[in-house]
Amino acid sequence: MLSRTAENLYWLARYVERAEYLARTIDATLRVTALPAAYIGKTNEWDSALLTAGVAASFYQAYEEANEHNVVEYLSFSPNNPSSIRNCIEAARLNSRSVRTALTSEMWDTINSAWIELQAVWSKGTSTREDLAKFLRFVQETSLRFDGSAYRTMLRNDAYWFSRMGVHLERADNTARILDVKYHVLLPEEEHVGGPLDFYQWSSILRSVSALTAYHWVYRETLKPWLIADLLILNDTLPRSLASCYGNLVRNLDQIGVAYGRQGPAQRHARGIRNRLEHSNMNDIFQHGVHEFIQEFITDNSRLGEIITKQYLI
Amino acid sequence: MAVAFDEMNIPGGDLRPAYQELARWLKETPAEALEYRRQEAELLFRRIGITFAVYGDSESTERLIPFDVIPRIMSGKEWTLLEKGLKQRVRALNMFLRDIYHGRDILRAEIVPDDLIFQNPVFRPEMNGQQVPHDVYVHIAGIDIVRVDAEDFIVLEDNARTPSGVSYMLENREIMMRLFPDLFARHKVAPVERYPDELLAALRSVAPQSASGEPTVALLTPGVYNSAYYEHSFLADKLGIELVEGRDLIVKNNEVFMRTTEGLKRVDVIYRRVDDDFLDPLTFRPDSVLGVPGLMSAYAAGNITLANAVGTGIADDKAIYSYMPDIVKFYLGEEPILKNVPTWRCREPKDLAYVLDNLSELVVKEVHGSGGYGMLIGPAATKATIEAFRDKLKREPEGFIAQPTLALSTCPTCTTSGLAPRHVDLRPFVLTGSKSTTIVPGGLTRVALKEGSLVVNSSQGGGTKDTWILDE
Repeated sequence: MLSRTAENLYWLARYVERAEYLARTIDATLRVTALPAAYIGKTNEWDSALLTAGVAASFYQAYEEANEHNVVEYLSFSPNNPSSIRNCIEAARLNSRSVRTALTSEMWDTINSAWIELQAVWSKGTSTREDLAKFLRFVQETSLRFDGSAYRTMLRNDAYWFSRMGVHLERADNTARILDVKYHVLLPEEEHVGGPLDFYQWSSILRSVSALTAYHWVYRETLKPWLIADLLILNDTLPRSLASCYGNLVRNLDQIGVAYGRQGPAQRHARGIRNRLEHSNMNDIFQHGVHEFIQEFITDNSRLGEIITKQYLI
Repeated sequence: MAVAFDEMNIPGGDLRPAYQELARWLKETPAEALEYRRQEAELLFRRIGITFAVYGDSESTERLIPFDVIPRIMSGKEWTLLEKGLKQRVRALNMFLRDIYHGRDILRAEIVPDDLIFQNPVFRPEMNGQQVPHDVYVHIAGIDIVRVDAEDFIVLEDNARTPSGVSYMLENREIMMRLFPDLFARHKVAPVERYPDELLAALRSVAPQSASGEPTVALLTPGVYNSAYYEHSFLADKLGIELVEGRDLIVKNNEVFMRTTEGLKRVDVIYRRVDDDFLDPLTFRPDSVLGVPGLMSAYAAGNITLANAVGTGIADDKAIYSYMPDIVKFYLGEEPILKNVPTWRCREPKDLAYVLDNLSELVVKEVHGSGGYGMLIGPAATKATIEAFRDKLKREPEGFIAQPTLALSTCPTCTTSGLAPRHVDLRPFVLTGSKSTTIVPGGLTRVALKEGSLVVNSSQGGGTKDTWILDE
């Protein structure tokens, strides 16, 4: 397939995944900030929402204060934020248009309808909480529909694999970022174990990666920080965990390698990261520092993005 | 202006035979049901994303072409005549191009004046003596046809460069079949869906000799911002070929390759929807970012076929148009089956004088214009507009031709006040390969939705209709 087509498919999937992640982040932050101050401590949750979205620096160039109004506006609708939900959907549509021939009609319909709704219904943003909740649901449903139609209708060939790679690379990045911002509340050596403050912080993390229910099924335990870290980093049964993302990335890259009859640095690099995740346990990770581990992962992950681009997309 | 010929109703209350079943159906169908399906059709078009861009219109860069659900119907007999005329015309166009870029017999015979060719910006000296496979220059032609009475078909314009609109022909039918299955059950409508197959076969048949047994065809688009981008992606999809942009292609050793995830892959035939000017920045406009550097040298080396060929603009130029009946006679020794609109060439003093005296009754067109821009419709223009045009005409008479305002035929069309006659034209698509010329029955009917308007261009408020050729 054309390199440009592969590139568009890959980025299309990344944009949709990113839009969903932003919607979940806003949703989770709304829940935490709705609690009485005693439950959430002094941290500014809207500020950390910006950090997990990786846009804090550009936000503060345009705004003074990270409050609900400003952050929701910036993350959801701002034309000046290149990765606002609105821009993600618009970029996704533009990418879809350039690769229409590689998309199934169901996938095109999903993105095109979302883009039409974005303009018809959400062009002025949202004015009430109720509206916002509707908007966030619309974004998440778009992503689910896109994912589902890709899964159900695409031929299992390189087009599919490049698109899946976009999903998993973006997803790994998002999960790692939320861990990076929130790692301090996961540290086990803190004296207060399981106070109400932490409980709501923890459930917020899980909610933003849609893993709150999954946690209970996997561990059958009350929320414990190291188990949350274990779930998000090492447990490959959770679709948004780093381990699961890398299991999938390695598989997709191998499928491409087999189809093309050769492999390269992308396959090797992805396998390296997966092996590290497979051979780690939470004790070692906490010993060596969660923060360092995550930082290193984020660098490695974006490096894989660069290698894939060089090997296939240009 | 005389009352226009209506394709359905004969004055006095009778119906033309091809429309009898439709008229019965319309009588049985309540107005609300028709309106409901009209809305349904619009929804479908928007969801499928069949849009076009209007240049210079920043507010809505993507618009829908209005679709009218009442089909335009022609009898098989009418089509047979039209088809014969179209094939004749396209054969002549191809022979004319071959001649212009080789022996130039027609110039020596003084049928067409030299300066119309050599001083014409769309003449491409690069094509002099250049062989094109099977001498086919115009692989895809869109010939614009109008009617003024029940007998004749008149060519309004030949489109021999990169004619568009065929995706609407195909999608209109698709949507009509979805919305009006009952109507199709009552008519025997000749299908159009084999167009993509015939196009692919035609393109493959003209692959260069150096191509492999299974030639690779690609569609070259200027990109997503082009007004016809939807059509480009639609056709690439239906043909099962790659939709490439200039940056996807690279020329090495006079061969053309596309960049793929598995490395470079040779391309043999390019169905290009990029104008000559932008094809190769090394040969034509150096500022073009849409083209492929070196493409013309690969073309000269005979390693790539471009469809349509470079330089076909010289055949569909409005200045050449008025010579088409003579061109047909010169190459084929036959009387032209399709008529021309009588045309005054403003470059000729006698014609100019007549045109200047009768501006308020004529349509004056720029020789190099398209899309309905830059033309004067005398009967509809204000005095001031006419006077402004008169000055333009005097300054540069060779840039214009003039034609009488034709009373284009009308077809029943949905309007806010029920069914009413609206003016229509027809663009059939003529495919020429190495062995044969084919036309799927029908084409794109464009309709001027405004009452009394004669401008059918989509950029100026025109709509489209499904075109039915009855298989009797």
